[in-house]
Amino acid sequence: MTAQHATQPAGAVSVPMENALGGENYLNHGRGLWSWLTTLDHKRIGIMYLVSILAAFLLGGVFALLLRTELLTPQQTIMKPDTYNQMFTLHGAVMIFLFIIPGIPAALGNFVLPLMLGAKDVAFPRLNLASYYLWVTGALFALVSIITGAVDTGWTFYTPYSTTTSTSVISMVFGAFILGFSSIFTGLNFVVTIHKMRPPGMTWFRMPLFLWGLYGTAIIQILATPVLGITLLLIIAERLLGVGIFDPALGGDPVLFQHFFWFYSHPAVYIMILPAMGVISELMATFSRKRIFGYAAIAGSSIAIAVISFLVWGHHMFVSGQSNLAGMIFSFLTFLVAIPSAIKVFNWTATMYKGSVWLATPMLYALSFLFLFGIGGLTGLFLGALATDVHLHDTYFVVAHFHYVMFGGTVMGFLGGLHYWWPKMSGRMYSERWGRIAALLIFVGFNVTFFAQFVMGSQGMPRRYYNYLPEFTPYHVISTVGSYLLGLGFLIVLVYLIHSLVKGQPAPANPWGGATLEWQTSSPPPHDNFSREPVVDDPYDVERWRWDEALGGYRRQEQPASA
Amino acid sequence: MGFLGIQGGGGGGFWLPRAASTGAAPVDALFYFILAISVVFFALIVGLMIFFVVRYRRRAGQGPQPSPAHNTPLEITWSVIPLAIVIGIFAWGFKVFMDLATPPANAYEVQVTAQKWSWLYTYPNGHVDDVLHVPGDRPVKLVMTSEDVIHSYFVPAFRVKRDVVPGRYSTLWFEALEPGEYQVYCTEYCGTGHSDMLSKVVVHPPGGFEKWLEDASNLLNTLPPAEAGERLYRSRGCIQCHSMDGAAAIGPTFRGLVGSQRVMRSGTRLVADENYIRESILEPQAQIVAGFEPVMPTYKGRLKDEEITALIAFMKSLAGEKGEEQ
Repeated sequence: MTAQHATQPAGAVSVPMENALGGENYLNHGRGLWSWLTTLDHKRIGIMYLVSILAAFLLGGVFALLLRTELLTPQQTIMKPDTYNQMFTLHGAVMIFLFIIPGIPAALGNFVLPLMLGAKDVAFPRLNLASYYLWVTGALFALVSIITGAVDTGWTFYTPYSTTTSTSVISMVFGAFILGFSSIFTGLNFVVTIHKMRPPGMTWFRMPLFLWGLYGTAIIQILATPVLGITLLLIIAERLLGVGIFDPALGGDPVLFQHFFWFYSHPAVYIMILPAMGVISELMATFSRKRIFGYAAIAGSSIAIAVISFLVWGHHMFVSGQSNLAGMIFSFLTFLVAIPSAIKVFNWTATMYKGSVWLATPMLYALSFLFLFGIGGLTGLFLGALATDVHLHDTYFVVAHFHYVMFGGTVMGFLGGLHYWWPKMSGRMYSERWGRIAALLIFVGFNVTFFAQFVMGSQGMPRRYYNYLPEFTPYHVISTVGSYLLGLGFLIVLVYLIHSLVKGQPAPANPWGGATLEWQTSSPPPHDNFSREPVVDDPYDVERWRWDEALGGYRRQEQPASA
Repeated sequence: MGFLGIQGGGGGGFWLPRAASTGAAPVDALFYFILAISVVFFALIVGLMIFFVVRYRRRAGQGPQPSPAHNTPLEITWSVIPLAIVIGIFAWGFKVFMDLATPPANAYEVQVTAQKWSWLYTYPNGHVDDVLHVPGDRPVKLVMTSEDVIHSYFVPAFRVKRDVVPGRYSTLWFEALEPGEYQVYCTEYCGTGHSDMLSKVVVHPPGGFEKWLEDASNLLNTLPPAEAGERLYRSRGCIQCHSMDGAAAIGPTFRGLVGSQRVMRSGTRLVADENYIRESILEPQAQIVAGFEPVMPTYKGRLKDEEITALIAFMKSLAGEKGEEQ
């Protein structure tokens, strides 16, 4: 550990500490809408992605609240069954394809990755912009589908339902196909950027763990997404041309679709969670004022997850009629993939040991992540085991499980990252008080909403049910009340973040004392990212950054503090 | 201990519903084992987290204290112990699953046909019903297939579930512990009426099943046609989409149907006479009434002529006011 500190000659550089809102920065480097729409700047593309995915998140969230409202009573509450079926499909499709898959990599990753590398941009800025416009095109196709009768297949598009329903499956499926390319472009860009543009001195094992997370994600995006693309095209071929691939009436095999679909969509779960885990690693170190515990294990576990995630898709199909042998193998591999995640959780917890834990808003989200992802991961054990999965499959237990992982994990990571890098992106601080209130409200609302769903699921309540038996009413009422709290929490976040853009205190270059390179440039950064060459050294030597009252931010000490 | 929910008396616990089959107890034992493991690990992680947050919270004038950034023996320990535990859970889950995979040789066999949005059970003597009646003193094996899309057969009290796929047969078996009625759900999303695709398993006491089957099989000979027709209406799935009370559902109501004038999608008008009803049952896609989707499956080969006659008699008995003219 001490050897890692030796590369940086003491006292060589003084780092810019100023807020750049008044001076030259990427936000004012070119004015007008056109300068944004045609930008090749990764930071601006990241911001455009951020605004777009937040709009998608809002849309998906409104769908969710309408669904929960419908489920207040066992019979019809506010909508017809067909509307309900379309709405849960759209909630899933919008949240997954438009928000959560691109969420952390394309929005936060785009902004932060080159900065963390001390680079001027990603390897292929034009491909980056193309990726954004593919996202927009895919989103437009999804909107067309919503307007022309929506889809009612569930986001999983299971055949032969999806090849025979009268709703507009084709435009939604084609939208998802295009969004897949957007995702592949981002992944490709990140892999090349990380391989070729690391600065001298930043070896693989001196790279911030967020970049390890993005790297593992990018590998899955490149290798798994094409399979989804082909599968979706086959659905279109079957619907338009009557080619019998999945529909048994045409000589096809409906279960084949499930294999193809989950071959992508299970690894996609890790496309969603790996970047969030990367964010949590950054937050834990910075806000514990402590070197991350077990760096190599966390980095290695990201890659282990990326590799094993390709081999577990069959655990979605334990009751589909696949062979018992296949069930056994998939169950076993599923349990193996639990271990790297468990290792990360232990490492994050251990990072706080003897630290100086600062309960700022981003850290509250990191702690929420530990709590909620802990429940999400442990409930995965019930679903990975063959005998118990048979009972729980396709019940609300599964709905609760994946919301604890995707929402409690990924969205908490996203919110943590958003609040962590917000001062860097906007140059302004948000209200810390309201940040904490909203984080608490979201945490409570989330648990009220989804814990009730574990119980009703294990009691037998099936998912995707418009009507339900009266005995499940109390659970549904609790869940709906929780969802309103959750909605209120997000509303508060929206309000204080927008307020901060106008009235927020100017942010220092390093408000949190992070040791990765993005904190060495001004907030917001200049167009070329760094006005002075950043000092590349240990990304987790956070103790070297000390609070400076005069700056209102952290200043890098010239002598390594922990040497 | 309510939260851990170890089986309460009779009606099931906090987590799991009443266990009513021979296969349920081993599944529940594993469930509660995993629950215990989960609670221990969760308490460990969250307990440590809270302890560290409180013990090492940021205080004025006190920074972080030195501690190692990794510790190989510790890291190996917290990798190997969970690995051993999850392999144990895997093996247990697989064993219980395999024990329940093969139906016993003496199982009573019933054919199950799933269609949007009903379950139909065909007994060895050819009788068809919408409720699964089974003997309580022997195992029961279901051989299931679907007429349209994928459905899934789920009986929570028996802890069994299996997808029902068009173009192939899947099987499921159980042996009930005691007579009673048990809820059945469809758990693979199948469209508009998915959440109404419910059914029941009725487990008879010894001797009761044989008597029920004999009575049920003789409907047409023992009941007046309209009453037999009503039984068929309930047992063959008509009721899922066609109401008796005049309200349009997924399909038109049966009240006042016979003899009324119908407007088709194509714009033509016809009178719903006996031959129209017969055609609509056997070739449902031939004529679609305006305002409805062509979703009805054919009953060709599944309803006998005298059964159709009984159904028509039943429809005629629902004369009602002439509200369906339009």
